[in-house]
Amino acid sequence: MKKISGAQVFIESLRCEGVKHVFGFPGGAVLDIFDAIMGATDIDFILTRHEQGAVHAADGYARASGQVGVCLVTSGPGATNTVTGIATAYMDSIPLVVFTGQVPTHLIGNDAFQEADIVGITRPCTKHNYLVKDISDLARVIKEAFYIARTGRSGPVLVDLPKNVMKDMIAFKYPEKVEMDSYCPTYKGHLGQIKRIVSLILKSKKPVIYAGGGVVHANASVELVEFARKMHVPVTMTLMGLGAFPSGDPLSLGMLGMHGTYAANMAVTGTDCLVAIGSRFDDRVTGKIDEFAPKAKIIHIDIDPTSISKNVKVDLPVVGDSKMVLKGMLSQIQERPDEVKVLHKNVRSWLKCVDKWKKEQPLRYSQGSSIKPQYVIEMIDALAPDDTIISTEVGQNQMWTAQFYQFKEPRLFLTSGGLGTMGYGFPAAIGAQAAFPNRTVIDIAGDGSIQMNIQELATVVQYNLPVKVMILNNGYLGMVRQWQALFYEKRYSHTSLAISPDYVKLAEAYGAKGFRVKDPAEVKDVIKEALATDGPVFVDFIVEPEEDVYPMVPAGAPINNMLLV
Amino acid sequence: MRHAISVLVDNEAGVLSRVVGLFSGRGFNIESLSVAPTLDPKKSKMVITTNGNEQVLEQIKKQLNKLINVIKVVDYVGKEFVEREMILVKVKAKEETRAEVLRIADIFRARVVDVSPNSYTLALTGDKGKLEGFIEILSPIGILDFIRTGTVVMEREMQGRRKLT
Repeated sequence: MKKISGAQVFIESLRCEGVKHVFGFPGGAVLDIFDAIMGATDIDFILTRHEQGAVHAADGYARASGQVGVCLVTSGPGATNTVTGIATAYMDSIPLVVFTGQVPTHLIGNDAFQEADIVGITRPCTKHNYLVKDISDLARVIKEAFYIARTGRSGPVLVDLPKNVMKDMIAFKYPEKVEMDSYCPTYKGHLGQIKRIVSLILKSKKPVIYAGGGVVHANASVELVEFARKMHVPVTMTLMGLGAFPSGDPLSLGMLGMHGTYAANMAVTGTDCLVAIGSRFDDRVTGKIDEFAPKAKIIHIDIDPTSISKNVKVDLPVVGDSKMVLKGMLSQIQERPDEVKVLHKNVRSWLKCVDKWKKEQPLRYSQGSSIKPQYVIEMIDALAPDDTIISTEVGQNQMWTAQFYQFKEPRLFLTSGGLGTMGYGFPAAIGAQAAFPNRTVIDIAGDGSIQMNIQELATVVQYNLPVKVMILNNGYLGMVRQWQALFYEKRYSHTSLAISPDYVKLAEAYGAKGFRVKDPAEVKDVIKEALATDGPVFVDFIVEPEEDVYPMVPAGAPINNMLLV
Repeated sequence: MRHAISVLVDNEAGVLSRVVGLFSGRGFNIESLSVAPTLDPKKSKMVITTNGNEQVLEQIKKQLNKLINVIKVVDYVGKEFVEREMILVKVKAKEETRAEVLRIADIFRARVVDVSPNSYTLALTGDKGKLEGFIEILSPIGILDFIRTGTVVMEREMQGRRKLT
C-alpha cells in the first residue's frame, strides 16, 4: 500500500468526513498541512484575519448548517487565539473540530518557539481533546474527534498536530467505525419515563413548555410544534431555542428570562407543569432560582445527564435526544385521545390568561425623532427574505434581536448565548454565508462588538461573501451602560465609545460598501438598498444613544419581578 | 457526607488532569486521591474520597461519567467495602521513648521499616480512623516526618455479612 504523509492523511480524513469548508490561518507548525490543502481543490479554505474569527466562522457554519464546523490554525498564538471561540462553542454545545499545529514531538515541553500546551489550556472548554504523537493514531483520532463533536450533547473537540507527525509517512486507512468503550451517549428516552411525562402533562391545568438549544441541535422543531399544537401547550424559548417554535404562533410566548417577555415570565412563574426540553436552567433564564416555577412539577428532557437536577431539582427527568423523546411523547398521546380532549378543556382558562398577559404587556418601544434600534430590527425582519440567517453580537443588539425579530424556523439565529462573546456575530455570519452562499446573511451588531473582529472585513471582501452588517450605533457599550444607569447611579465608567471609526469609510477602505442612516424615515430604504447590494455591506445606523432593553429582571431577582418600561 | 468513589479510566497521558481539573473547575472537593494502573495496563483506577450533599455527589458522578476517558464510576456509599490507606511516619526515638514507640507500634500493628539512633520509621495500613488514632498517640513523642497515601477501597464480596476487619 502506498504511503502518504501525515498532512495527506489529514486531508484524506477530512474527505472521509465529508468536510467541504475549513476556516483558518496558517503558520510555521502547519506548513505541511497548508501545502497539502492547496492541492485539495474539493475543500474550500477560507482565510480569516484572526484565529478567533476562524473558530467563530466554523461555529456559525455549524449552527446554520447542522454540520460539524472545521478550523485549522498554527501552534502557540494561533492555538491560544482559538480559545475564546472554542469556549463559545462549548457553552452553546456547537459541534466543531479545531485542528491546531504543534511543535515537533521532540521539542514539546522545551518552551520551543510558538509552543503552547493547547491541550492543557483547552481541557476545560472542549468536549474532548487530543495530542497526536504518533502517525499511526492520526486517522483514528480524527474519526473519533468528528464522532465526539457531533454525537450526544455536541461540542467542540480539539486535535493538536505536531509538525513531525505531519511529515511522517503511513499507509492510509480510515477506520470504518469508532470503537470507544467509554463513550456511549443515550439517545432513546426511557419509555416508562416518557409515559409518566405524558401523564403528568395530561393531568396539568397550566402547562408550559420551556424549549432550549437542544431542540435546535436535535432538529426536533417539527416534533415540538406538533406536540404543543396537539396538546394546546404554550411554548417559551431560551435565547438558544429561538426559532424552535415559530414566533408569532398563538402558542408562542417568546423568550423567557432576564429580557424575556412579560407573558413568558408570568407563565413560567404560574405554571403547574414545566416541560423543559433541551434547556439547562441557566441563571439568565431562572433569575432567583428558589422562586423559579415555584408551583410547578418540573419535567426535564435532556441528552446530557449532568444538566438534569444541576440547578433546579427535577421531578421527572428523562435522558435522551429531544427528537426521539418528543416522538415517543407524540405516539403516547396518539393512544390517549380522550385524555387529550380533557386536557384541551382544562387548559382553556390558562391559555386565556396567557393571552391576557401577552396583550397587557407586549414588547414595545416608541419610534420618535431619532432611530430606535428596535425599529431597525423590525424593518430588517420585514424586508429580508424568510430564510435569512441572522447573527448577532452580544449585548443590547442581541437582546433586541431576540425580542423583535420574528424567528419562524430553527437555525436562522446565530448568537453566543452561554459565553456571551462580543465579536462573535460577524465571523459567524461569514461561516453561515459560506454554508449558504445564496441566502441572505445579516449580522446585527453594536458599535462596541463589531470592533472586536472587524478585521474580518478583509475576509468577506476577499471571498465575496455578501454578509450585511447592520450596526446599531449608539456610541456606548450599551448593555453595560444600561446596568450602570439602573444599578450604579448613571456612573458611566468607561462605557462611552466617543472615538469610533467612520464605518462607511472603513468598509470602503476594505473594498466593501458602506451606508450611514441618521433619519428614521430613511431606515427602510437603506435596508432595501443594502439587501439588494451584491457583496458585503456595512450599514451604520445612528440610533438613540440611551435606549434600554426592557423588560428586564434585575440580576438575582425572581423572573416575575420585571422592570417593564 | 464522606464518599469514596472509584473511577476506572483509560491509562493515558492527561487523564488525571481531566479528572482533577473537573473537580477544581466545578468547585468540588478532593479529600484524597490514589491512582495506579489496573491489571489491564491500558486502564487505571482512581479512588477519590470527597464530600458533599446528595446533589453535589450526584453531579460529581455525572460529570465524571461525562469525561470521554472515564469508563466506570462507582460510589461506595451504601455498600460494604474494605478501605485502606497507608502512612509512613518517622518518630523521634531517644533513650527514654524508644520502648514506648515500639509498644505503640505493636498495639497498632505497625511495622518498623527503618531505624536510626534517634528515630524509628513506622509503616501502618488501615482505615482513616485507625491511622488518625495512631498519629494522635505518636504526636506527643515527636513526629519528624510523615506521609500518607490516598484511600483505596474494594467492595466486599459478600454484602450484609459480618466484617472481617
